[in-house]
Amino acid sequence: MSLALDDGGDRNGPLRRLSDVFMRRPRLFLTLLLAPPLAWLGIAYLGSLAALLAQSFFSIDEFSGQIVREFTLKTYGELLQPANLDIIIRTVTMAALVTLLGAVIAFPIAYFAARYARGRMKALFYLAIMLPLWSSYLVRVYAWKLILAKEGVVTWLAGHTGLTPLLDFWLSLPIVGGPSLSISYTGTFLVFLYLWLPFMILPIQASLERVPGSLIEAAGDLGANPGQTFRTVIFPLALPGIVAGSIFTFSLTLGDYITPQIVGSSTLFLGQAVYTQQGVAGNIPLAAAFSVIPIVIMGIYLTIAKRMGAFDAL
Amino acid sequence: MTDATIPAVRFRAVSRHFGETRAVDAVDLEIRAGEFFAMLGPSGSGKTTCLRLIAGFEQPSAGSIEIFGEHAEGVPPYRRSVNTVFQDYALFPHMTVGENVAYGLMVKGVGKAERTARARDMLALVKLAGFEARKPAQLSGGQRQRVALARALINHPKVLLLDEPLGALDLKLREQMQVELKSLQRSLGITFVFVTHDQGEALSMADRVAVFNAGKIAQIGAPEDIYERPQTRFVADFVGGSNVIEPDAAIRLGLPAGLYSLRPEKIVLGAGGLTGKVESLQYQGAHRRYVVAIGPDRLGVVTPASGPAFPVGATVALAIPDGAAHRMEGGA
Ligand SMILES: Nc1ncnc2c1ncn2[C@@H]1O[C@H](COP(=O)(O)OP(=O)(O)OP(=O)(O)O)[C@@H](O)[C@H]1O
Ligand SMILES: [Mg+2]
Repeated sequence: MSLALDDGGDRNGPLRRLSDVFMRRPRLFLTLLLAPPLAWLGIAYLGSLAALLAQSFFSIDEFSGQIVREFTLKTYGELLQPANLDIIIRTVTMAALVTLLGAVIAFPIAYFAARYARGRMKALFYLAIMLPLWSSYLVRVYAWKLILAKEGVVTWLAGHTGLTPLLDFWLSLPIVGGPSLSISYTGTFLVFLYLWLPFMILPIQASLERVPGSLIEAAGDLGANPGQTFRTVIFPLALPGIVAGSIFTFSLTLGDYITPQIVGSSTLFLGQAVYTQQGVAGNIPLAAAFSVIPIVIMGIYLTIAKRMGAFDAL
Repeated sequence: MTDATIPAVRFRAVSRHFGETRAVDAVDLEIRAGEFFAMLGPSGSGKTTCLRLIAGFEQPSAGSIEIFGEHAEGVPPYRRSVNTVFQDYALFPHMTVGENVAYGLMVKGVGKAERTARARDMLALVKLAGFEARKPAQLSGGQRQRVALARALINHPKVLLLDEPLGALDLKLREQMQVELKSLQRSLGITFVFVTHDQGEALSMADRVAVFNAGKIAQIGAPEDIYERPQTRFVADFVGGSNVIEPDAAIRLGLPAGLYSLRPEKIVLGAGGLTGKVESLQYQGAHRRYVVAIGPDRLGVVTPASGPAFPVGATVALAIPDGAAHRMEGGA
């Protein structure tokens, strides 16, 4: 028997030499591995972001409809016009409510999945969460339009359970109401909530999954009742997941321009405004200024979250 | 303090079954107030489950548990005057060391100034003064262990449960912590229930030891009792690797017929009426460990390393002094 470390292959083959180089210089390998995706991110993402930002500081000539490539804050001023401000407030309120209620609904589901579901139960959980994502987004939104329509399942169910007065009362309310659920903010809200719930549940579940059971037992052992354990241990440790989930939910709602078009009153949301400004109206600078809003809001949100220590447990 | 006649913990025929697994099986147990009680046993013998039953994380499938005379049924962990030092320490990663230690006071609603001061005193007690502002991740294993101890002691529990608290420490730190834990227990007068699978640790620290085997207590008694007078084959073998001598072998070795336990260090090598052949020899620093064949029987023998050495293959004389072999139950 010999002590040869080689398996007998050709030590001098070009691939061999290459792998030897990588072995000795792991950083080089890492760089080569990461370069293409980073280049993609850098050029496609940051580049277009910069272009967007630049566009928002241009303005449009009202007579010719041509873009004037000079620095101005005029376009941002246009955002403050009542009609545009309405769109912003409407969208941000909607996104905030969807995020808030989404988190409230997602937490118990994620908690159950992380702490109690095992084996087959867990597989079932993932399936139930992911299954809706396998079908087309459009199909699901149109399905909801049917569900929420005046002749739809919800109206039918309300009729059979004697809840029609409640439904009618809700629809008669000023802002949230409308001719039917499918033509109201309530409808838009429900569909958003449904669409983005998986994006809230999964990160929360992942963060809860990493909380060792012994920490929860330790809190109880030291005298914390279940409510105190939740407030002082479980919630702070799940916070990074909640923040991640709320970023998904919030930004997805802010940017969506299809759902409010299909389900909801005919008022515009931010995404629709961007869509019409850059498409029909051809006002790219205003569309760009609109698109900067979600970025700014997310920036503020993350800063506050960090200040409040949301990422301390990472 | 507490009435010494009431046991700190009493198990009456307590069982905890997980499906087919009998983790704890009809255990009767009395832990006296103020004693250092060790639970010793191999992996899976039910020690942790016993501790969790006392802490309230598990409910017995059958039987009843009393803590200082009060029935523990249905009392949740947060209302028991029992605290635990967890095997993995279970420190809260998002809190500082000071906040960890003060946690028990915080949930009781003690004011911030008072709990900070008491946490500082507690950290000084476990020799970690000045570590308040660190996060658990910035501590060594031994330091984490002390924080866990301080956190559990700040509530002045009547019973402190420790689940293999020294398991993750290196030998030197372990020995140091054994001494510190013991003196802490003496000065505080708290009942300690200490789980370990290290027999040396159990024997050196505890006032009384319970040896667990497959969910049952094989023997319970003072360390000397357990070590010198094991009652069963299992205890003799598990605690210190005694020679278990079967009745027929006993006759060949010149003992009255019966099942015996014979400590390897009690056998005298180099003189005596028995003759054997050295089969193996291990040098272990302070002593040598032999296996000596005497006819069909084999005995483990431990001698001080300072004495004469006998090479493998050598024929040696050996003696079993009077009273060295301890007669156990069963056999025959
Ligand atoms: N939650 C549970 N579900 C099912 N079986 C369990 C559970 N907890 C413990 N057991 C089983 O009960 C038995 C006793 O476990 P226990 O944790 O009390 O052992 P132990 O003596 O502490 O062992 P170790 O020294 O390895 O910590 C083991 O067979 C274990 O697999
Ligand atoms: Mg254990």
